[in-house]
Formats: sequence, structure tokens, C-alpha cells
Amino acid sequence: MRDETIRKTYLDYAATTPLDPEIFEAMKPYFSEKYGNASSVHQFGQEAQQGVIKARHQVADFLGCEAEEIIFTSGATEGNNTAIKGIGGSKKIAQELGDKPHIIISKIEHECILSSSERLEHEGVVEVTFLPVSRDGLVDLEELRAKIKPNTVLISVMCVNNEIGTIQPIEEIGRLLKEINKDRKNRIYFHTDAAQAINYLDCDVQKLGVDLMTLSAHKIYGPKGVGALFVRKGTPMARFMDGGEQEFKLRAGTHNSPGIVGLGAAIEKSKNQKAKIKETERLRDKFIEGVLSSISHAFLNGSREQRVANNANFRFEGVEGESIVVALDLEGIGVSTGSACAARSLSPSHVLLALGLNHLETHSSVRFSLGRYTTEKEIDRVLEVLPRVIEKLRNISGNLESSVSAERGQLPKDFGC
Amino acid sequence: MYTKKVIEHFQKPHNLGKMKNPDSVGEVGNPVCGDLMRIYLKVKKNKKRKEVIDDIKFETLGCVAAIATSSMITQLAKGKTFEEAQKIKFSDVEKSLGSLPPVKKHCADLAVRALLAAISNYKN
Repeated sequence: MRDETIRKTYLDYAATTPLDPEIFEAMKPYFSEKYGNASSVHQFGQEAQQGVIKARHQVADFLGCEAEEIIFTSGATEGNNTAIKGIGGSKKIAQELGDKPHIIISKIEHECILSSSERLEHEGVVEVTFLPVSRDGLVDLEELRAKIKPNTVLISVMCVNNEIGTIQPIEEIGRLLKEINKDRKNRIYFHTDAAQAINYLDCDVQKLGVDLMTLSAHKIYGPKGVGALFVRKGTPMARFMDGGEQEFKLRAGTHNSPGIVGLGAAIEKSKNQKAKIKETERLRDKFIEGVLSSISHAFLNGSREQRVANNANFRFEGVEGESIVVALDLEGIGVSTGSACAARSLSPSHVLLALGLNHLETHSSVRFSLGRYTTEKEIDRVLEVLPRVIEKLRNISGNLESSVSAERGQLPKDFGC
Repeated sequence: MYTKKVIEHFQKPHNLGKMKNPDSVGEVGNPVCGDLMRIYLKVKKNKKRKEVIDDIKFETLGCVAAIATSSMITQLAKGKTFEEAQKIKFSDVEKSLGSLPPVKKHCADLAVRALLAAISNYKN
């Protein structure tokens, strides 16, 4: 379907990043040379264990915590499931509380946070409050404070949104909770999904005041299928995978030593990326300005200021997002309509709906996410191709959106979707 | 995800655009799933005094499948009598395009309904 002679441009770094060759080098020995089971007593096992220990320290150093507070997982989905179900669904917490626990999550959390919370709510285990966000995609501290109840046990707000890139006031929430927790009998635990943030922001868990933090290797030029969950000492996290005694008896299973070594090396490398991030931000700003000035009726979704360096998410009136994605793909440019997890679903993005966009507006949105290997030449080419693609698709839609919205009352209410 | 034929119709849609002085217009869709289709007809009568689709055009705001199925239905319906055109099923549209991903099958149905709406608007 794609003309292979066209040079490909990848602008979907928020979906996943390529494995950095240096990280790959660091991982290589752990496949066939240092292949031992990291739990084994013999030298084969000890070699692998050294790699796991080093990686645990690398992650802990980055987050500013103890090595014992890092639990290796299979990625952010597992970390998020574990945090929500582990605290929200904790029998110990519920018993101490003597009431049904209440959790608060923002409306724009990743699907895995939303569906974990919905499951607990459906099973009657917790009460859930979905915290609204502003038109810019930001949570409001006072609104959050107002939602806290005597039975609140957990608050989960992501550092950076995966679709629109908004940076949430995590440090401020952390401070607020510290103050509130002083006078409470039952502590409110604070979790943040930092999968999209690690590469770009300071994720020091002490500074942010979080008790749990999720991260993933493949968003930071590391391998897929590995991540970590920070669990602050004293947090009543129960064992969530039964079996052996790995990961401080919380998560059983043979260590994915090459993956864990890759995560450690990737997080270590992301410390020294200040100049690169500045350059990414410059290119992204150039891209946003270029798109808004060359394409009419194009709008940026999400806050312009509180936005991670690599994200641009636009709404193009009168065009459908998937059509744009496929048209750009035919030009060798890889972008997405929102999160990759929802790419094959027809439902409108819950993130864009939470901003107050209507259904047609959510369907006309596209995410561009830049990264470490994005070049100026690539951005220039996309700026040249995109206006042409939008114009062509607007020609097909014949400005149907504005004419139809006037007659929307006459449309069938539900049509086969 | 999409067949070559779907992509061909997406890249070069047949019978695309507004029609000047159409005899009828049919419009269907659902903003919730993001697809809106409009079909324009020019109608004449054949020797047996039956209505024939003399010309047909479309405009579609929607995904790749919505655009390709709109294009395909106009191709299938052009030159047909109303009687024949009303018999076109969504599966005919899908088959003519090779196939459609499961979540996109309703787009073919949408295209059929747009055509039927245009025919029924003409009759009324």
C-alpha cells in the first residue's frame, strides 16, 4: 500500500520509540551470553542478577528513590493496573477504613487506568470519581480538593497526557495531598502514570510527592515489554503475581533480564538529553506554527504552554482523522489519530471529549509526536505535504460538516456504530 | 488493514463532488462515528418510462472506508434503473472493494442508505 521509494518519516513517538542502538548494545549480552536466570545461585544466574541490580539502581537514581522501591513489570499497562487494583482494591485498606474506598482519577487518564477503575467500580469494590479537565486539558487543584471525601484512598493523575501532551500539576497535587494527609486518619495515596514524561520532565518522586509511579521502557528508546512501578516504602501493596520470590515477593516470574537491562540503560541515557529535547521542542514549535499558518480552520488541541516538548495534536475542520492518517501514510509519514491502543476503535477519543469537543471535532483530530531522531528536513517535508492532504480531503467532504450540522436534527440518531 | 481496491478509491474517488441542479439529494450519517455522506442524482426516464440514474455524485466526510464505499456505490448505481439500484446490497459494495475490516463494514451500509435516501427523496 505504500510506495517504498519514499523516505519514511516517523512522527508517532508517543505510540512507541525505536530502540536506541546503544541500548540494544547494552542488552545484547543478556540474551545468549549472560543468559542465566537472575534468581539462580550459580555464576550464570549471578551474572544476570548483576545486570538486574544495576538497572534497578539506574531507575532508582533517576526517580530519586531507593532501589527496593522499584518493581520491574511488563510495562505501563501492568504498572497502572497494579497501582489502581492494588490500592483501590486493597482488602487491608478497606478493612482499616471500614467503608467502601473511594478513588479519584482524571477523565483523561490512559485506557488502562480508566478500565481498571471501572472494573473495580462495577464489581462494587470502590467508588470512583472522574475528575474533569479544563478546555486546555488540565486538572484544577481546587476542583480536586473538593472531590476528596473521608473514604478517599487513591488519586491517580498522569504526568503527561499521551494524546494531547498536557503536563499536569503533579508537584502541586503532591503538596496538596501532603498537607491533607497530615490531618487524616486514612492516608490518600497518590499515583501518577509517567510513561510519556520520563524522557522530557524531572520525575523525581520526592519532588513530585507521589507514592506510586508507572513507567515504560519503550517510550524512552528502550525495549518493549518491560517497565517499572515505583512503590513508596510503607505503601500497602499486596503481592500481585503469585509464584516465586522475585521483586520483593510482590511480582513473581523470571526476570526479563535483557529487557530490564535495557530499561536501566534507557533511563540512564534520558538524563543527558537536555539539548536534544530543546531541539525537539524547537522543531515542534516550528511545526505547530507552520500548520496553523498554512492550513485554515486548523486548531491545536490541549494547552499550548503546559505541553510536553514533542507533542502536537490538531483538529482539522471538515476532515476525518483516519483519512488524514492513511493519506499521510501513503506519503510515508506515520502519525496517529490518538492513542495507538484506540486506533482500531470507532469510539471518539475520551480525552478530546473531556476537553469539551463534540463528536465530529474529536473525529477530525490527529496527533503528531516528534522524537530523538526527528530532523528539520522531515518537519519541512510534512509541512509541505500536510496542507495538500487536508485540501484534498476537504474537497472530498465538500465542507459537509458545516452544511450538515445545520440539519443535524434530521439525521438518524444512531447509525450502525 | 485496507485492500488495494479500497485505497485506490480513497486516493482517486469516482464521481466525486457537488452536482449543479440535482434532481435529488440523499444525506445520511452519524456525527458520533464521524461519517457523513451526501449523494446527488440526475434522473431520466428510459424507453420503458422507468427512472434511470443518469448521473450520480457524492461528498463524504469520513474515514477511508466511508470515502471508498461512497465512491463504489456511485460506480455501481450509475446508469441503473431505480429498481436495479435499490437492489444493491451492502455486501455488493464490500465485495466490489475486495473486503472491509470488520469495524468498517457499516460504512458500506451507510453508502447503501445514502443512495436509498436519494432515490426516496426523488419519489417524494
